[in-house]
Formats: sequence, structure tokens, C-alpha cells
Amino acid sequence: MDYIDPHIHMVSRITDDYATLARMGCVAVSEPAFWAGFDRGSADGFRDYFRQLTEVEPKRAAQYGIQHYCWLCINAKEAENVSLSRDVIKMIPEFLDAPGVLGIGEIGLNKNTKNEVIVFLEHLDLAAKYDQPILIHTPHLEDKYQGTRMILDMLDSDSRLQRSRVLVDHVEEHTIGEVLDRGYWAGMTLYPVTKCTPQRAADMIEKYGPERLMANSAGDWGPSKPTAIPDLIFELRRRGHDEALIRRVVYENPISFFRNSRNFVFHDRAEIASRRQV
Amino acid sequence: MSQASPTRILDDQYLTVRAKLIEVAAVLDRLDRAAGQASAVSGQSGVGSGQGSAGAIDDLDQEPKRAAIEQAIQILLRGTVDPGERTEAIQRLLSRRYAQDWRQSFGV
Repeated sequence: MDYIDPHIHMVSRITDDYATLARMGCVAVSEPAFWAGFDRGSADGFRDYFRQLTEVEPKRAAQYGIQHYCWLCINAKEAENVSLSRDVIKMIPEFLDAPGVLGIGEIGLNKNTKNEVIVFLEHLDLAAKYDQPILIHTPHLEDKYQGTRMILDMLDSDSRLQRSRVLVDHVEEHTIGEVLDRGYWAGMTLYPVTKCTPQRAADMIEKYGPERLMANSAGDWGPSKPTAIPDLIFELRRRGHDEALIRRVVYENPISFFRNSRNFVFHDRAEIASRRQV
Repeated sequence: MSQASPTRILDDQYLTVRAKLIEVAAVLDRLDRAAGQASAVSGQSGVGSGQGSAGAIDDLDQEPKRAAIEQAIQILLRGTVDPGERTEAIQRLLSRRYAQDWRQSFGV
């Protein structure tokens, strides 16, 4: 089955992973900007990273027939440095018209601190001013519930933002209901130990239905599995769910959400094949 | 919206759940053994000092992580939550509290 991974950090993955994803049916990925595993020292470090996201990765992905999109921001882990964060936020508009840039993300909270809140609010302001969709990271483990509620409070109080243009990622059983009830998109991250298994994601699909719900691998430099979405597809098939439901979660929903961005230009397999024949 | 019967789910998942239950039991046993050893050491060092020897086990019982595990096990037994709500209840148990007035605290 063709599928899209709406949250995966391919800069941290080897080229063989692109080949494996393509063989398993992946036709597109979207890559939010994130923490590199160390704190970067300057805005120029982020400028290079944004060039990697907008220039290098799309070419690497295209070699395997995968369409690559991205989101830009300074992540919550580096938001404790408010001065650096402001320099990066000021530089982001340089890249917003680059092909494949879908919006601002993954912004959010990590330890739910005041500085993280300040930088998150300034990212929201940037998104509103430049009419950008938003992809949001929610905290891990014991910080997730509190942080997700705080994020929803801030989103709800900004009347410039359209809820249908915001994806709240890494939802789990105790946060998914509120995200969907308030009208946002929700992403379930299939990631060992700190997030969600394919089986639990299938449970949440059964409980909440496929409306505004997606799944992703968040594959990165840590212990993670870039082919986690095929695992979810397998689990849903094993439970007897029909192909239309599965396709909606892993293919149609990402496309519907990405269409909120003016930079989203997508070609399905049939279009690509017909172009080859011309 | 589940497509599978309860019997099928049980058949499919029994060995997985069995293995996870045994894993939890083994961790709790390991904790008990470690606490017992710590208690024995504490008892030896306390001879003649007038210090009690039960401190290690008492401390473990009061350890918040251990208490959270015990509470989670109670939730598994459905003592306090509605059917079908165990996962969310355990997630909330293991989460920090949300305070509605957080913005005032931060001054933002």
C-alpha cells in the first residue's frame, strides 16, 4: 500500500533507509526541523540545517521516488536560549517560499518551562504573520499531559490560527481525545519506549476513528524504526480492517493536511507513470 | 470499531500479555531482593549503633516510582476505572498535573 510518513527525520538516516521506505510503499515524507542531539551555537548553524532540509534531502529522497517536504523552526530543546531562538525565528522567512516547505514545525514544549513557552508563542506569531500551517511536538512521558494542555491553551487563545491547519503530534491515549475534540489534527508516533506501539495506535484508531488522525515513525538518530508505518498497516490488516480505512490514515489524511500549504505539490503514482509515458 | 472477537483477541495476545506480566513480576521480585540485601547490610552496620534495620524496605515502599507502579497495577485490576479506560487512566496516573493558572505563574 502507498503511504506517507508525515514526521520523520531523514537527515539522521542513511540512504539505504530511503531505499527501504520506497520498497515498503512510502511515496512521500515530511521532515520537521528538530534537535540534532546537541545544542547548535548560532543562527548560521540553523541556516545550514535549513539548506539541508530544503535542498539536499529532497534530492536524496527523489533518487528513490520519494517526495520530500519539510517544516522549519528552532525546537523546544534549544528554546532555553531565547536570544538564539529569536535570531533563528527572524531568519526562517528566508526559506518559507522554498519548494516543499510546508510550514512551521516541529514547535512545542519539552519540559514545559517559561522560556519554551515564550519561544513557542513567538513561533505561533511567525506562523500567523506568514499564513503558515503548524506542526507541533508534544513532550514525552510524565510531561506530555501537562505540556499538551498548555499547548492547546496557547493555540486556542490565538484567534488568528485555524485549527484545521495545525497538527498536534505524539498524541497518546491521555491526550488524543482533547486534541481531536478541539478540532486539531492529531499524529500518533510509533516510537519505542517513549511514545506508542503500532498495536496501541490501532487501538486509538478503533476508538476515535480516522477523522483528522495520522501516524508517523518520527525516525531519527535515536532508537527508532523508520518503517513503523508498515507495521501499523500490518496490524490493522491483521485485525480485519478494510483497506479504505487504512489508506485514509496513512495516505489520504496526510495529503489533506498538507494541502493547507501553498508549497504542497504532490504527484501520485498514476501521475508520475503517465508523465513517464509522455 | 474493533473487527476481532474477544476470544480472538485473547488467543492472539495471551502469550504477549503472559510474557509482560512475568516481566513485571520479575522486576518487582528484583526490587524486593535488592531491598532485602540493602536491609541486611544496613542491619549489620547498625549493630551496636542503635539504628534499626528495616529502613531500606520502608524507604522502597515510600519511593514514588514504586508507589506509582502499585497504583497502576490496581488500575489494571479495574478497581477504580470504567471498562476500556485502563490505558488512559494509567497514562494520567504517570503524568504531571496540569494547572489551569499556569499562564499567571509564568507571567505570559
